[in-house]
Amino acid sequence: MLRLKNIAVARGGVPVLSGVSFALEAGQALILRGPNGSGKTTLLRTIAGLQPALSGEMEGAEDRVAYSGHADGLKAMLSVAENLKFWAAVYGQHDIEGALEAYALAPLSDRLAGTLSAGQKRRAGLARLMVTGRPIWILDEPTVSLDAATVGLFADAVRAHLGGGGIALLATHIDLGLEAQVLDVAPLRAMPADLHGASDEAFL
Amino acid sequence: MIALLLRDLRLALRAGGGFGLGLAFFLILTVLVPFSVGPQSALLASIAPGVLWLGALLACLLSLDRLLALDYEDGTLDVLATAPLPLEAALAVKAIAHWITTGLPLVIAAPFLGVLLNLPPQGFGWLVLSLLLGTPALSMIGTFGAALTVGIKRGGLLLSLLVLPLYVPTLIFGAEAARRGAIGMELETPLLMLSGISLGSIALLPFAAAAALRMTIR
Repeated sequence: MLRLKNIAVARGGVPVLSGVSFALEAGQALILRGPNGSGKTTLLRTIAGLQPALSGEMEGAEDRVAYSGHADGLKAMLSVAENLKFWAAVYGQHDIEGALEAYALAPLSDRLAGTLSAGQKRRAGLARLMVTGRPIWILDEPTVSLDAATVGLFADAVRAHLGGGGIALLATHIDLGLEAQVLDVAPLRAMPADLHGASDEAFL
Repeated sequence: MIALLLRDLRLALRAGGGFGLGLAFFLILTVLVPFSVGPQSALLASIAPGVLWLGALLACLLSLDRLLALDYEDGTLDVLATAPLPLEAALAVKAIAHWITTGLPLVIAAPFLGVLLNLPPQGFGWLVLSLLLGTPALSMIGTFGAALTVGIKRGGLLLSLLVLPLYVPTLIFGAEAARRGAIGMELETPLLMLSGISLGSIALLPFAAAAALRMTIR
């Protein structure tokens, strides 16, 4: 379960969103929509615990989140299998076979990540979520540089994750065919009145 | 933690990992010093401990801006920050990996390069001991500096400026221990101070570095 109540988030000391509230039970997904710069990434990073929220309450995210941002977190000089094994070990897991299979990475598993194409790298980056064993997936623009077939693989992986009692939060503009709640963040833009106390420049 | 250590070591040893960078710099510096100072073996012998310590310190400094910057660029730090491993432990492990790939080779190479600088025979053991005690502090302080500057593009200059003053006590006591060892003086005090600096850095700086990193990856 993941519950947010009246969360406000800031980027670079400027509030971008306020009054974000939603609740997700096991097996549910939420898709964030909104124009560029509307604060989707900032909200996802806040839920992942990479930055503090300005105000509001958040429940259920602590130590249960696997985060996938714009960068894939792959090392160019390690093979795909070595990269995934490393992340599995960090999260106390061992098995990477399921993840390789789900994204059709088995033929690429011995290739150095630096020699992969952008779409193949993205696939390896998404496979990383599967080896974490974490219940909440937070995905920021997961389908960038993926072809149509791989988007299908990705949608299947998310569906399987939800079917296993997981939760997924996605910021994406394409239709994945998932049964999910949709949250449009555009109306939640923070008002200038919320600026008070937003800046942490005094400490920098 | 072991996985992170092994990964960092593996990355350092693969092509482009920068493993030999510090060592090569150390070698070049100590080979060139006798040429620039001239054939005065007594003078060389008296400056040898200081030159070797300075070379080791600058070689360490040279590799610092790669320590976290590469992980920051490819998104690894974001994922590490959300992983079950505490950020303090992750940074301590990265400092250990830096020491194994940079500090330890310098400690091993130093006695061989001491020959080039005409280091007196009784000084070799003390030189190695002082470097062994002092280089962990250099790696740990460097990790702290790297965590402070990781978000800044081309932050290498700022990193050097921040870290150099913090390196001064280590250099003073390390070089002093090696110098006293070379001329056969009592050296308990500088060795104790050096160990104290290293132990203090290892105990406190992982927490400071993690706090700094949490600010910079926001």
